[in-house]
Amino acid sequence: MATLDTRLEPLPAKPEKAPMIAPGHTPGTVTEHIASIPLTPIQKTPKWWLGGFAVAFLVLMVFLWSVGNLLVRGVGIWGINQPVGWGFDIINFVWWIGIGHAGTLISAILLLFRQGWRTSINRFAEAMTLFAVACAGMYPILHTGRPWLAYWLLPYPNTMGLWPQFRSPLIWDVFAVSTYATVSLLFWYTGLVPDLATMRDRAQNRFAKIAYGALSLGWRGSAKHWHNYETAYLLLAGLSTPLVLSVHTVVSFDFSAGIIPGWHATIFPPYFVAGAVYAGFAMVLTLILPLRPLLKLKDFITDRHLQNMAKVMLATGLIVVYGYAMEFFFGWYSGSHTERFMLMNRAIGPFRFHWMTLILCNAIVPQALWFKKVRSSPVALFVVSMFINVGMWLERFVIIVVSLSRDFLPSSWGMYRGSIWDWGVFIGTMGLFCSLLFLFIRFLPMISIFEMRTMVPADAGEKEKAQ
Amino acid sequence: MSASSPAVIGPPVGLWGLMAEFPDPKSLAQAARRTHQAGYRRVEAYTPFPVEEVMEALDHHHSKVPLMVLAGGILGGLGGFGLQMWTNLVAYPMNIGGRPLISWPAFIIPTFECTILGACLSAVIGMFALNGLPMPYHPVFNVPRFSERASTDGYFLVIEAADPKFDRSGTEIFLQDLNPSEVSEVEP
Repeated sequence: MATLDTRLEPLPAKPEKAPMIAPGHTPGTVTEHIASIPLTPIQKTPKWWLGGFAVAFLVLMVFLWSVGNLLVRGVGIWGINQPVGWGFDIINFVWWIGIGHAGTLISAILLLFRQGWRTSINRFAEAMTLFAVACAGMYPILHTGRPWLAYWLLPYPNTMGLWPQFRSPLIWDVFAVSTYATVSLLFWYTGLVPDLATMRDRAQNRFAKIAYGALSLGWRGSAKHWHNYETAYLLLAGLSTPLVLSVHTVVSFDFSAGIIPGWHATIFPPYFVAGAVYAGFAMVLTLILPLRPLLKLKDFITDRHLQNMAKVMLATGLIVVYGYAMEFFFGWYSGSHTERFMLMNRAIGPFRFHWMTLILCNAIVPQALWFKKVRSSPVALFVVSMFINVGMWLERFVIIVVSLSRDFLPSSWGMYRGSIWDWGVFIGTMGLFCSLLFLFIRFLPMISIFEMRTMVPADAGEKEKAQ
Repeated sequence: MSASSPAVIGPPVGLWGLMAEFPDPKSLAQAARRTHQAGYRRVEAYTPFPVEEVMEALDHHHSKVPLMVLAGGILGGLGGFGLQMWTNLVAYPMNIGGRPLISWPAFIIPTFECTILGACLSAVIGMFALNGLPMPYHPVFNVPRFSERASTDGYFLVIEAADPKFDRSGTEIFLQDLNPSEVSEVEP
């Protein structure tokens, strides 16, 4: 045996995977740590939160100001024109909704693949999904020009005797995005209920007790509760998976069902879905990297989580780059004069700087993620994810504006630039997004507590008893 | 403790059940299994996170949620497709160059979305309904240890006084025998 042991000894040289939760935690300490963040008394609200929320709220006022102006003066204050009828509004719509996709990927698809590491980040990513979809939804509604009549998009009996055109990708969008928003909310809330019960039981202040109590619906955590709950949660994950893939597919149909050069391509659905996940993970990292030290969450969101997210980003980024390459191949192989022209126009036309920056941000800079040093450095990851955030916005700009501004007839060509109100609405939705996120991390547990309890090694409780 | 008026038949007034607390999920699962084997049926176990063994011990095997999801999905899908059929055939038929009114491939996407929506809504509403939620009041919260620890790191087993096998002293002796850290009465 002894000889065997010595022979076997070098084997563990393969480094053991870093734990997904720092050692020494028990269900009690996990609960204490995560629940104490939203239960901090109002007087003890951290300064960084107050400062951050104030800035976000100010930016939200920019949104209200820009939208107020839009409602009074009409969409003419935007930069949209003939031929570029879709400008910032649709770019931002696609950008925001893409960001949302990472949340569903993390919470649903990684659950089905039994990726335990998702547990630390799924709640936060789902909240991000919800808020990103709320921001995305603003744009098509505002773009209708008369947002107070946006309900006309829904099928309902009305005195005008009108019904929506169900063959239109824009109506598909209405169905896809509203279903996605509803299901994301259901998924998020269902996940929250057991944690809201924890908050109810731990809250000291009467108002908090009542609020969390009402929201937790009287959850008791009985075996029957958990049995139905786990079944429902798993089914929701299974249903959200095709849903999330369908949403960005339908968004890509907005383009690919049209005949505009550069849009009419079969590669759009997979390429858009990969881009959405790519952008979403970049946004998750952008938000989580600063929050991790601020909320002292390094025990739960470990370096291994960052590594994994970086790897997903690298993989989806490569799919996106493949999409860019294939767009050029299709353009050339189609033999179509306008398709070939569109691609030349993309690379060397009036919007060439947008395109070159896009390639830099989305294709070149993220290759740094091949190196473990980059993947394990929060600062480097933050920088890379910022590049991707910008790059993915530019990608939508290039797809929409370059194709629309120069289509088949040179006589109908035009130029496009966003007006100050376009920027006001865009930056304003970031204020909306950040305000909601700040409120979320202040009042709700940003990590799923009950799922983290299951991540604690089984012997932790016994060790605690022994002490 | 005992029934004060002879008209009352059944469990003693002032007692909803007996609750035993266990130090970890493993011992709770063992206790739940023995309680089930002893013939108690109005038994519930409470854990701060899902524990498979506990659910199995109490014979929670077939959830009705999947069936509800299936029904919700089918209804959603049929409803979505039916709405488009009706709109295009009856409510707002549009003859565009003699093209078919029911161009079904184009209707698949709203149908798909309605299927998912119906299934997800019935998953969540069905799960809450099957669990009897929302429930603003429940006797188990009358035990201070429960409302303090059950959602953090407490593992509890409750036998209801309404169980036919329930007997104030006999059941308490039975629970004590399961080696809990504490046994307490649950007021209604």
